[in-house]
Amino acid sequence: MLHVAVASRAFRRYSTYRAATVAGIFTNSVFGVIYSYAYLALWRANPSAGGYDSQDAVTYVWLGQALLMTIALWGGGATDDLAERIRTGDVAIDLYRPVGLVGWYLASDLGRAAYHLLTRGLAPTLIGLIAFRIALPSSPVTALAFGVSVVLAVVVSFAIRFLVASTAFWLLDQSGVKVMSGAFAIFFSGMMLPLVLFPGWLGTLALGLPWASYVQVPADIWLGRHSGADLASALAFQVLWAVVLLAACHGVLRLATRKVVVQGG
Amino acid sequence: MRHLRTYVQIAWLWIRAAWQYPASFVLLAVGNGLVTGLDFVGLWIMFAHLRDLAGFALHEVALLYGSASLALALADTAISSVERIGTYIRTGRLDQMMTKPVPLLVQVCADQFSLRRLGRLTQAGVVLAWAGTYVEWTPLRALVAVSMIASGTLVFFGLFVGFSCVQFWTTDATEFANAFTYGGATVTQYPLSIFPREVLVGLTFVVPVAFVNWYPCLYLLGRTDPFGTPDAFRFASPLAALVTVGAALLVWRTGVRHYTSTGS
Amino acid sequence: MTPTAQGPAPHGPAALIEVVDLERTFDVRRRVEGRRRRVRESVVAVRDLSFEVAAGEMVGYIGPNGAGKSTTIKMLTGILVPTGGHVRVGGLDPSRDRVELARRIGVVFGQRSTLWWDLPLRDSFDLLQKMYRIPPQRYRANLDRFVELLDLGDRLDTPVRQLSLGQRMRGDIAAALLHDPEVLYLDEPTIGLDVVSKSRLREFLRALNGERGTTLLLTTHDLQDIEALCDRVIVIDRGTAVYDGSLGGLHARGGSTRTLVVDLVDEAAPIDVPGATVRRIEGPRQWLSFPSDASAAPIVAAVASAYDVADLSIQEPAIEDVIRDLYSRGA
Repeated sequence: MLHVAVASRAFRRYSTYRAATVAGIFTNSVFGVIYSYAYLALWRANPSAGGYDSQDAVTYVWLGQALLMTIALWGGGATDDLAERIRTGDVAIDLYRPVGLVGWYLASDLGRAAYHLLTRGLAPTLIGLIAFRIALPSSPVTALAFGVSVVLAVVVSFAIRFLVASTAFWLLDQSGVKVMSGAFAIFFSGMMLPLVLFPGWLGTLALGLPWASYVQVPADIWLGRHSGADLASALAFQVLWAVVLLAACHGVLRLATRKVVVQGG
Repeated sequence: MRHLRTYVQIAWLWIRAAWQYPASFVLLAVGNGLVTGLDFVGLWIMFAHLRDLAGFALHEVALLYGSASLALALADTAISSVERIGTYIRTGRLDQMMTKPVPLLVQVCADQFSLRRLGRLTQAGVVLAWAGTYVEWTPLRALVAVSMIASGTLVFFGLFVGFSCVQFWTTDATEFANAFTYGGATVTQYPLSIFPREVLVGLTFVVPVAFVNWYPCLYLLGRTDPFGTPDAFRFASPLAALVTVGAALLVWRTGVRHYTSTGS
Repeated sequence: MTPTAQGPAPHGPAALIEVVDLERTFDVRRRVEGRRRRVRESVVAVRDLSFEVAAGEMVGYIGPNGAGKSTTIKMLTGILVPTGGHVRVGGLDPSRDRVELARRIGVVFGQRSTLWWDLPLRDSFDLLQKMYRIPPQRYRANLDRFVELLDLGDRLDTPVRQLSLGQRMRGDIAAALLHDPEVLYLDEPTIGLDVVSKSRLREFLRALNGERGTTLLLTTHDLQDIEALCDRVIVIDRGTAVYDGSLGGLHARGGSTRTLVVDLVDEAAPIDVPGATVRRIEGPRQWLSFPSDASAAPIVAAVASAYDVADLSIQEPAIEDVIRDLYSRGA
């Protein structure tokens, strides 16, 4: 139950910045409008690009804006606290706590993500629905699967951000790695352009990398492009990356602990 | 001119300071280069599915993209810390700057000057050079091209400075400004003909990013305006730059005055 | 040091800093229990504040946290516009002529360095020369002198991040003085410094004032700074000056008491002598207080005649106590 407490504390912490939330929703919506027109132009010229129709494309845009903060695409979230604690050396205290560090920060990040989903996720979706008539999930099963997929997206994204923050154990400063990681996340998540448009081997590669879990997979589930066994395998893809990356987090933490113990921080 | 020299002197000190951490410096430059590099790859992938975007071929879109990207990179380099004035107010750093005999804006713009946009500058330059090979150059077109880059830089500079001033009033809602600054920058990557007329009007008279590249590029490419706006607009970029920077300076002064009269 | 009876500077054009009926209020919005919207209210930070400082004075500006010290400094430097009254520094209106005034003043915020963290001290100084456009000869002469006085010679080429707190503070003070300011505002200059650094800094400031007549306005929590440097003290509490005068006068004004510490041979009941009252008892030791202006002799004699005394000593009132006393009676 400790983890629930941690998560709800994170939720409340973010909910105090109300003006920031409103400003963020406004900004997400402006970008939603810009990309919607760009995609509409693209799909007008090529009405079946990537197997999407133009409504799918616009829906994809608004889902992307809705997920942007929830999955903390640019980095940040709870893992920034970790990086800061590593930099100041306070992390040494955390490492000796009986509670697992990964679980602790994951709980906190899920709390943050929940807040961002309810505000900066929900609001742009509504605006997209009103202004651009985006598609809605066709069945309750689809909607439920989308929900599960978003949670998995946050977990995968958290694990990658945790690994990035952990580089501070060795580099002291995560900012360079964070920028690099953000660049890959924008490109390979499908935030910049749906991965279904990526040609040939680049498309195959992009759809197999963990970043595909961020936007492409949840969006395709929402759009009903996965069903039955295909849906199960899409979720399994996310679960697989979540497990692999969380294991990597534990491994890195073990190395870091040894380093902190041996070198005294 | 005197202020420009001070600006360069402060900026130079920051570059030297950044060099004390070469690994971080390189990583950040590469990371930012990567962002912009992948940005263009995205555009290129888009064109793998298209022959043209709203009637504009890849090399034409590249001209729009390259010129706007170059202007954005130059402006972003020039403003350094303007986007962080909220933090400066909170930490008292702004107070410290106010006790120095150099205009506050010069100091803020030079503070923590970094070449993080080096990657974007390079990329934009390369894209622009390639797109430029398709342009049938005349002396007037060359002049318009040069004035386009200069004016575009000033327009973005004005937008960044002006909208950052929101932070003099609130340090919470800073992301609001991004809709206009980075939103404006994103808009300029596309031919504006993909937008409805109302959007174009807004991008001409409210957030005048249409003058950053759209109008002058129509002239460089010898194209007729799909919206049928007056031809004079194609040469009006310097005017738009002047107005934007003027308005931004006014907002800045109001912001500083608000700060000195409220202390928050 | 001996406090002189200089007191407030005489009125007249000689005053470098002129503060008349200064007032500053802030509008703050506060969340109130049970109300959705935050309530707007006006908070007075400074009110009815008037004083003058003549060129060459060294003035201590003290008061408890939140008394309005930094608000005053901000108005004196032009960072903040007063809401009432007026300020003139060197004939200028600080908030209107801020940039012009900046050339003539130096400001050191104790907890915040202006130096470039990652670069040698010398680079920060060089940049300041350019920002203030200090003539090269003047700059070199000042730099040499300050480096010598502040003992920074072997530190000029060390990155600031590798300097000790004391060295960095000295660096900051040198940085604030390179352009020969007429006034130097120091906000908590000795905070966090060790004893040696503190006394070295005080020595320097005294020398600076003696050599160049630089006017000094100093806010501090360390009253030894004041005792070592300032002939004049302005005590501010709840936004207004509750005392302005010499340090000696502050002692008297505080209505302070001196303490007679009596070590008896054995523990005893509280000592009962006329003119003094027992404040504290600890085993055989007792503390008796009596008015500062009363003579100690009769009390000492009375105690010695009535009790078996092992030792006696008299404690002068600590300035902290005097000021605490002043605050509590303040408004």
